[in-house]
Amino acid sequence: MYDKFIQNLKGIFTIWYRDVLRYSRDRARIVASLAQPLLFLFIFGSGLSPVMSNLGGGHLDFRQFMFPGILGMTVLFTSIFSAVSIVWDREFGFFKEVMAAPISRAAVALGKVAGGSTIALFQGCIILLLSPILNIQLTLFQIITLVGLMLLLAMVMTSLGILIASRQRSMEGFQMIMNFLLMPMFFLSGAFFPLKNIPLWMEILAKIDPVAYGVDPLRQVVLSKTVPSMVIEMLSNYSIAVNSLVMAGFATAFLIPAILLFGKRD
Amino acid sequence: MKNENNSSTVKLSGVQTKGGSTIIEVRELTRKFGDFTAVDGISFSVGEGEIFGFLGPNGAGKTTTINMLCTLLKPTEGMASVAGIDVSSHPHEVRKNIGLIFQDPSLDDRLTGRENLHFHAMLYNVDRKTYESRSREVLQMVDLTEKADKQVRTYSGGMKRRLEIARGLLHHPKVIFLDEPTIGLDPQTRRHIWNYLLRLREREKITMFMTTHYMEEAENCDRIAIIDHGRIVSLDTPEALKQIVGGDIVTADTSDNTHAGQIIRDKFGLEIRNGQQGQIIIETTDGDKFIPRLIDTLTNYNPSIQVLSINLRRPTLDDVFIKLTGHSIREEEADQAKDSLKRRVRMWNRGR
Ligand SMILES: Nc1ncnc2c1ncn2[C@@H]1O[C@H](COP(=O)(O)OP(=O)(O)OP(=O)(O)O)[C@@H](O)[C@H]1O
Ligand SMILES: [Mg+2]
Repeated sequence: MYDKFIQNLKGIFTIWYRDVLRYSRDRARIVASLAQPLLFLFIFGSGLSPVMSNLGGGHLDFRQFMFPGILGMTVLFTSIFSAVSIVWDREFGFFKEVMAAPISRAAVALGKVAGGSTIALFQGCIILLLSPILNIQLTLFQIITLVGLMLLLAMVMTSLGILIASRQRSMEGFQMIMNFLLMPMFFLSGAFFPLKNIPLWMEILAKIDPVAYGVDPLRQVVLSKTVPSMVIEMLSNYSIAVNSLVMAGFATAFLIPAILLFGKRD
Repeated sequence: MKNENNSSTVKLSGVQTKGGSTIIEVRELTRKFGDFTAVDGISFSVGEGEIFGFLGPNGAGKTTTINMLCTLLKPTEGMASVAGIDVSSHPHEVRKNIGLIFQDPSLDDRLTGRENLHFHAMLYNVDRKTYESRSREVLQMVDLTEKADKQVRTYSGGMKRRLEIARGLLHHPKVIFLDEPTIGLDPQTRRHIWNYLLRLREREKITMFMTTHYMEEAENCDRIAIIDHGRIVSLDTPEALKQIVGGDIVTADTSDNTHAGQIIRDKFGLEIRNGQQGQIIIETTDGDKFIPRLIDTLTNYNPSIQVLSINLRRPTLDDVFIKLTGHSIREEEADQAKDSLKRRVRMWNRGR
C-alpha cells in the first residue's frame, strides 16, 4: 500500500519532469507563446489607451488595467496547450509508453496537471517581469500572492484541458474547442473590459467562466499599490478569498471527472 | 547462425510439448469492436525462453492480441495470463513483468536517447544503480552508445527502432512483446535487429512474443501461430508447418498455361494454382523426378505447348499460408505499401 503510494508519487514526478524538460528545451515555443500576450498588451493596449482614459476616473492607464488580464491569458492558454499535448502524444505515439507503464492513470493525469501548471506559472512570471515598464509597483508580498493565484488558475485550466483531452483523439477536434470554448472564456473573463454594466446574458455567462475568477483577484492584487482602493473596488466583483474558493471548486470539479475518464481502459 | 537457431528450435519446442513452464497462457480470448470481432476465441500457450511468432496479414488481429496481453485493451471474453498473472484482474503486476515494442513509434523525439531510457527507468521504478549499468549494457547491445546523447529526432528509422528495443529491455522484463519490430526497415537493418534479438535470447532467459508479416522473419521463431481474420489457423514450428504443404513446390511457365494446367490436372490428378504472372504452381513429392515426367506429358499430349521455364524449391511459409487460408500474405503487403505511398502523397500535399 505504502509502496504503491510512493511509486505513484514517483510516477507523477516523472510525468511532470518530462513536461518541464521538454518545455525548457523548446525555445521557439517559449518565445512564440509570449508573443501573443505582448502584442495584445502593447498594440491593442496602447491603441485603446487614449480612448479609455476615463477608466478608473483618470487614475488608471488602460495598459495597467489590461495587465492582469494578460497574466490570466498567458496562464489560460499555456495551461490548455500543455494539457492538450496529451492528444498530440496520443497521435504521435509517445503516450503509449506512458499508458503501458506500471503507474496508475490517476498518477499520469496528476503529473500532467503538475507539469502544465508549472509551465503556465513560469510563463506568467515572465510576463510579470514587465510590470515596471507599465509603472506598476509590486511588493514581495504581492508577488507571492500573484504566484499563488496564477498557480490556482493554472490548475483549473490544466484540469479542464485534461478533461477535454481525455476522450479526444485528434487535433482537429481540438480546434473546435479552441473556437467555441477558449476564446469566449477569454473574452468574458474581464481581461479587456470590467464586468460591470454589461448585458444580463453576458453577466450570466461571465459568472460561469472560471477565468473570470482568476482575472478578478489578479487585478486587485496587481493594482493594489498603484491606484486608489476606491478605483479597485469599482472594477472588481468578488473578494480575493471568494475568487480563490470558486477557483478551487472549479479545479476539483474538472479534475475528478478528468481522472475518472482518463483511467478508463478501452 | 541459421543452423544454430534451428537446433535450438527443436530443443525448445521439445521442452514445450513436454509441458515445460508456461509463461503466457491464453484461452478463448476474444475482442470485439462494436459488432466487429477482431480477435475470435484464440487459445495458445508460450513456454519460458521461447521465441513465439504471430504471422498474419494486415488486420488479422495481431496488435489487438498484443494490446490485450499487455493490458492496454480489455478482452471481451476469455482469459489470458502473463508470468502467471491474470491480465484482467492484475494489470499493474503484469505491466511490471513485460517489455513492449509497439508497432508505431513511441519515443519522445525531443529528448535524447539516454533521456528516453531514463524516463522509462523512472516509470518502471528501476533504481539508480541498476539503471546505470543496465542502460550502458542495452545501449551497447544495440550499438547506440555513441548516439545516446543526441536528440532522437536526429536518429534514422533503424536507430529509433533499436532504441525502442533497448528501452523495452531496460527493466529486465520476463516477457518482451515485439509488434512488427522490423516494419518499414531495409533488409540490412532487419538482419541487424534480428542479430540483436537472437543474441539477447542467448544471454538472458527472456521470452519473446512477436508479430510479423515477413515470412523470412517468422522462420527465426521457435513456434509460429498463423493468424487470419482473428483466428489461429495453425500453430507449430516453422519446419512442421512447412510439412503441411508436403514435398516440393514446382513452378512451371508455358506458352499456354491454362491448357497446360488442364493437362496436369487430368493426367497427374494434382491440384494446381496460378502464380502472379499466371505460372502454374504444383505441390508434389520428389519434385526432381516429377519435372521430366511433367515435360514428357505436356509435349506428348499437346506438342504446341512450349515449356518456357521450370523451377523447383522447398515450400516457404508463404506456401503454407496460402494452403491454409486460400490467399497470400504478400498481396496485402503490396496493398499496404500502396496505402502508405498514398498517405505520404497526401501529407506532402497538405504540407504545401
Ligand atoms: N480501436 C479499434 N476500433 C475499431 N476497430 C479496430 C480497433 N483496433 C483495431 N480494429 C480492427 O481490428 C482488426 C484487427 O486489427 P489489428 O490492429 O489487431 O491488426 P494487425 O493484425 O495488427 O494488422 P497489421 O499487420 O496491419 O498491424 C482490424 O480490422 C482493425 O480495423
Ligand atoms: Mg498490428
